[in-house]
Amino acid sequence: MKTLNILRSAFRALRRNKMRSFLTMLGIIIGVAAVIAMLAIGQGAEYSVKQQISALGTNVLIIFPGSQQQGGIRVGAGSVTTLTEEDAIAIAKECPAVAYVSPGARSGGQAIAGNLNWGTSIEGTGADYLEIRSWPVEYGEFYTEQDVKAAAKVCVLGATVAENLFPESSPIGQTVRLRNMPARVVGVLSKKGQNAMGMDQDDVILAPYTTVLRRLSHSPYLRQVIVSATSPATINEAQRQITELLRMRHKIASYDADDFTIRNQSDLAATATATTEILTILLASIASVSLLVGGIGIMNIMLVSVTERTREIGIRMSVGARGRDILTQFLIEALVLSLLGGLLGIALGVGGSLAISGFAKWPTIITAFSIILSFGFSIAIGIFFGFYPARKAAMLNPIDALRYE
Amino acid sequence: MTTRPPEGQAGRNGALIRIEHLAKTYALGEVDVHALRGVSLEVERGEFVAIMGASGSGKSTFMNIIGCLDTPTKGDYVLEDIDVSKLTRDELAIIRNQKIGFVFQGFNLLSRTSALENVELPLLYCAMSNKDRHDRAVAALQRVGLADRMHHFPNQLSGGQQQRVAIARALVNDPSIVLADEPTGNLDSRTSVEVMGILQELNANGITIIMVTHEPDIAQFTKRQIVFRDGKVRSDKLNPAQRNAAEVLKEMPMVDDDEEEAAA
Ligand SMILES: Nc1ncnc2c1ncn2[C@@H]1O[C@H](COP(=O)(O)OP(=O)(O)O)[C@@H](O)[C@H]1O
Ligand SMILES: [Mg+2]
Repeated sequence: MKTLNILRSAFRALRRNKMRSFLTMLGIIIGVAAVIAMLAIGQGAEYSVKQQISALGTNVLIIFPGSQQQGGIRVGAGSVTTLTEEDAIAIAKECPAVAYVSPGARSGGQAIAGNLNWGTSIEGTGADYLEIRSWPVEYGEFYTEQDVKAAAKVCVLGATVAENLFPESSPIGQTVRLRNMPARVVGVLSKKGQNAMGMDQDDVILAPYTTVLRRLSHSPYLRQVIVSATSPATINEAQRQITELLRMRHKIASYDADDFTIRNQSDLAATATATTEILTILLASIASVSLLVGGIGIMNIMLVSVTERTREIGIRMSVGARGRDILTQFLIEALVLSLLGGLLGIALGVGGSLAISGFAKWPTIITAFSIILSFGFSIAIGIFFGFYPARKAAMLNPIDALRYE
Repeated sequence: MTTRPPEGQAGRNGALIRIEHLAKTYALGEVDVHALRGVSLEVERGEFVAIMGASGSGKSTFMNIIGCLDTPTKGDYVLEDIDVSKLTRDELAIIRNQKIGFVFQGFNLLSRTSALENVELPLLYCAMSNKDRHDRAVAALQRVGLADRMHHFPNQLSGGQQQRVAIARALVNDPSIVLADEPTGNLDSRTSVEVMGILQELNANGITIIMVTHEPDIAQFTKRQIVFRDGKVRSDKLNPAQRNAAEVLKEMPMVDDDEEEAAA
């Protein structure tokens, strides 16, 4: 029997039970769409994490106090506070591979301007922080080295903070109260948007780290030191120089471990990517379960169909259909179901992913891989779950099939 | 209607069908049902045979084995010099396709499939272009006088018309033999005679026919009558007074098409 004729009769058989065929396909449609959408979400997250990290600058090193933990993942942040201002200054002075150094401190708290207030985080930085982060100021200017030395009561607002505290007027030159300290606003940062974890990077107030340490958190220790190497090529050299310098300054014996941790871009990227990859796999596996359930639906309907059409099978056999003709016929029907379902599922999955990125502002990425994967999956499911019912039909005895009531 | 067809194209050296000691036993749980208990007979090319006998005497079982729809428990069956009892499932399917046309009591047409497509069905399972298939199916429908109804579905046709579609389907592949198991069993008497007329015409044109009927009236239209009893051949004799269905039909009272439909 020619393929075209088989296809035609398969379509006719499926059209005969439109509703049932559609409901059967729905399982595959939803399964394929879910796989595509989940992969799109997962890969979107992966991509934006990588983007965020590379936006940090490819030559950035972050030094944390406390020792390195297994696998490069720090547990219990800042458990030992061993980084001081002097360390940061020494790094700037004595490490030739280092271009910029920005000591970091942090204080949470309310910012009040007039009768408006806003809870945000107050990040203490050096004057070169924006150089390291390649983050330009939108209005006004950044605080200077002088301001840092003097622990001046100045600050620069993130875009979100500026919008909330100064909805109508320009914040430049105005005063905000950070906890109880009045500070003059000298600049507003350009908008950066959400980071990979969905946190608003513009919901921040930057102030000289000296101001944060002495006037807000009253602590002598730094939370971190952010450093940029002179170029991406010198990053390992910079890391080596910093390690040597800090070990010397902290008087660490050669057999003791570092009491600080230096993390670079690729560490961060590896950790974050691993996390999002796990997320992708998890989402996709959950979605493939529904694909599997769709396949079982096909098998169920094909079994019903074989039973219902036993007489038809008998008639076909009585005029000369061989077992393999019947097998092909039912297998093709199952395949047509799963293929049509797969195609509609791809359309729905792609549409759904676009809708998710459109409405929920989640990044989604649809790759050819995910389409081929789920399409291939639906073909495989058609064959796998169609085979048993088709074989059952093919194995029937002509006379038994004809006598079937 | 007594013209003998020209002697065999194939099977020169013997009967078209040769059956020896054919037996069929159904195992029904503990009990064995002996449907056939050693049937031996030969059928020559061009014959028109009626198989008769009481219900349960094994007629259908016999026909199903001859039609390669079922296999015997014991015995030999040779069709055109092919020992059918030694064939595989697939080979049997090819025999059904190429050499046998089967007509059932209950028509066994595919519903929601046009008359034409029903007739085309056997040709789907052999290599043939779409055009040839269509042409041959139309020709077969013309032979049974239904060319004008070829796009009708079975549920739009009367019983007699449905049986004629089934006969066209049995003919379409130029089989060596047409087997009919009570083809008139579901039809009223006038339509039965019409169907017998078609079978007689086919036989006159050289087609070998074996037909089951339990009605002596219907058996009168055949050339040879074999009576089964308890799975054995009880009598086997030529019919010296074969009636002509076309003539009988002229003498029967005319019935409106509407009534025919209602009766069917
Ligand atoms: N599939 C079957 N299973 C068990 N017994 C059967 C089956 N088919 C037929 N028989 C039995 O075989 C005998 C002959 O049946 P059948 O050939 O149909 O008779 P007929 O067609 O002459 O009325 C009957 O006794 C019947 O009950
Ligand atoms: Mg019977």
